Amino acid sequence: MPHQPRWNRAARAVAWAWSAALAAAALPAAAQQVLTVAAYPAVDAIVRSAIPRWRQLHPAVDIQVVSRQFADHHTAMTTALSTSVHLPDVMALEVGYLGRFAQGGGLDDLAAAPYDIARFRAQWVPYAYQQATNRRGQVVAAPTDIGPGTLLYRADVLAQAGVSEADLTRSWDSYVACGARIKAATGAYLVAHARDMKDIVIRTGIQPGEGLYFDAQSRVLVNSPRFVRAFNLAREVRRQKLDAKVGAWTHDWSEGFKRGSIATQMTGAWLAGHLNNWLAPQTSGRWRAAPLPEGAMAAYGGTFFAIPRLAPAARKPLAWQFIQLMTLDREVQLGAFKSQDAFPALLAAQDDGFFEQPIAFLGGQPARVAWRAAARRIAAVDVHKQDAFAAEVIDTELDLVLDRGKPVATALADAERLLQQRARR
Amino acid sequence: MKLPAALRLSPALAPYVFISPFLLLFAVFGVFPLCFSLYLAFQSWEPTSGLEAMQYVGLDNFAFALQDPWFWKSLGNTAWLAAASGVPQHLVAIPLAVFIHNRFHRLRNGVVGAWFMPYITSTVAIAILFSSLFSTDFGLVNQALQALGRLPLLGWLVPAEPIDWLNDPDRIKPAIAIIVFWRYVGFNLVLYLAALQTIPQDLYEAATMDGASRLQQFLFITLPSLKPMVFFGVTLSVIGGLQLFEEPFILTGGRGGSDQAGMTTAIYLYRMAFDFNDFGAASAMSWLLFVVVALLTWLTNKAFADRARR
Repeated sequence: MPHQPRWNRAARAVAWAWSAALAAAALPAAAQQVLTVAAYPAVDAIVRSAIPRWRQLHPAVDIQVVSRQFADHHTAMTTALSTSVHLPDVMALEVGYLGRFAQGGGLDDLAAAPYDIARFRAQWVPYAYQQATNRRGQVVAAPTDIGPGTLLYRADVLAQAGVSEADLTRSWDSYVACGARIKAATGAYLVAHARDMKDIVIRTGIQPGEGLYFDAQSRVLVNSPRFVRAFNLAREVRRQKLDAKVGAWTHDWSEGFKRGSIATQMTGAWLAGHLNNWLAPQTSGRWRAAPLPEGAMAAYGGTFFAIPRLAPAARKPLAWQFIQLMTLDREVQLGAFKSQDAFPALLAAQDDGFFEQPIAFLGGQPARVAWRAAARRIAAVDVHKQDAFAAEVIDTELDLVLDRGKPVATALADAERLLQQRARR
Repeated sequence: MKLPAALRLSPALAPYVFISPFLLLFAVFGVFPLCFSLYLAFQSWEPTSGLEAMQYVGLDNFAFALQDPWFWKSLGNTAWLAAASGVPQHLVAIPLAVFIHNRFHRLRNGVVGAWFMPYITSTVAIAILFSSLFSTDFGLVNQALQALGRLPLLGWLVPAEPIDWLNDPDRIKPAIAIIVFWRYVGFNLVLYLAALQTIPQDLYEAATMDGASRLQQFLFITLPSLKPMVFFGVTLSVIGGLQLFEEPFILTGGRGGSDQAGMTTAIYLYRMAFDFNDFGAASAMSWLLFVVVALLTWLTNKAFADRARR
């Protein structure tokens, strides 16, 4: 064998490696059809648990679940839609992102043929269907789970302070007054953050055709009585030192629940499950659920399934069948509720006896009945493409009111001015 | 076995084959994003509608960025954090390197490794650890401060109420600066230790014979000899400080903190793109940030060059 320079052999190895890599990439796909579903926890677990049922209906079609963490998933979906690369056949979307995604043209209109989602409309909670409808009248996703708003409170802390549920929920003013009594008697904070109150109060009294921050003509709505009231109430909470000044999902937030130093939390019904499963399981039996103060109605979170417009057309009929299985099959919806606390958007699933059962974590209270009633009364709010930015602006101005003593009127005027610059971008 | 001639690489082609993996990766992950971001800076784009939704808007995104009060606010935050975390890194790392260089021999690698450890630790782990340490009601930092306040004569130093490190806009910047300082001081220490080893021992011996004190030796031999490395370290700190992202992002839950006191420009432009769906403005801001980085790097270069000429 003639001598070859070492570098020449190495160079050939590199060249062969490139050839092998290219050849591998060119191999034909497997014959078995695969439907790709992109999801985040715990929607991914719900999808996986529905696979046996899917296989009964479609034995020749596998489901591949692409799971990422919540924020990563939505970033990946944004990237996939923007580049049309690695698009899943079905994508799960959280309602906070749905509004933004619905404004673009990246998702199939499920109201159009061949989907015709309107024929199923009456089967879902009304507001959930409306949430998936954009201003062009397109329905870009189907609802699978919802988050009816509720007030979770520590019954033991309230009892210690001599505060009743009726006192707590009569009005926003009585809620704050109860907070002062709770703080004086037990030292516990009324809420995790004054911002939580503002988030609910700005959702009350929205007129038809209005969004949260903008109306249908992109006019800014933040300098209005509902924002003034929300800011004043939040300022009062902070002035009386009734909030723990901690954000949701932080270390201090979960510690506050574990130690009973946060007496109430306005949230979606699903938080009871999270508290029970991992946030504060040792507090089981001490919590109760009540309606939001002053009869406020609000939704916290919710999941939808959508079909990307540029996903492979050949698999779209299967993708639509999969979405129907996840959103219209009573057993799948109930299974998700029982295993992952994913409150069903499907009305037929809400008539199950499971709803009347007592919840041990809530001291045996059959709270699901009240959540079901609340879910049917919640009204959808129109979304605007600048809602995420508007929420940030309002939070920032509220920070200035709470931390720097900025007058509410000035804060809202500044927010209005900043949002006017953005409204039509 | 001898390969057929057609499959053999000629010596002329071999270097290009060797370097092709790097060039390909650099083109995909370096050059393309750079060019695409420049292209995007002149477009209005609703990203979820796909690439065809782009519309040319000329310099609108740059005009918008320059008129955006939050962009200027983020630049101010970035400059504050870069200075507050960057300057102490060098003020501490230089004397510390000299101390370790002179005093530690057998234990030196272990000591340097301990200082370097934060630099190679996951940012996420660091941020989680510090968010726990800086917790208002349950954090060790506040507990230590309160214990300090109970000592005789030291009570006046410590505030009566626990400090809200991560929610108070006046505290969050110092909290972030402390973490960044802690993380990178070890890196600079290694730089200066390497530079110290290049200074000839003869200089110190001659100075000692001439009666120079330790302080004089430090001021007139060590510091001037370290100048090239100081320039290098400061340049890295300027560039790194102006691109600060991970620590404040994780520590503030990705939002930038109360009143966005911890929102750096890198965080803001990320949010502009992925939270507010405005990729055009985000790209324009990233190029404006690049101009600031380039300008400050040039000024750093000029400052050190001028001193050398004097």
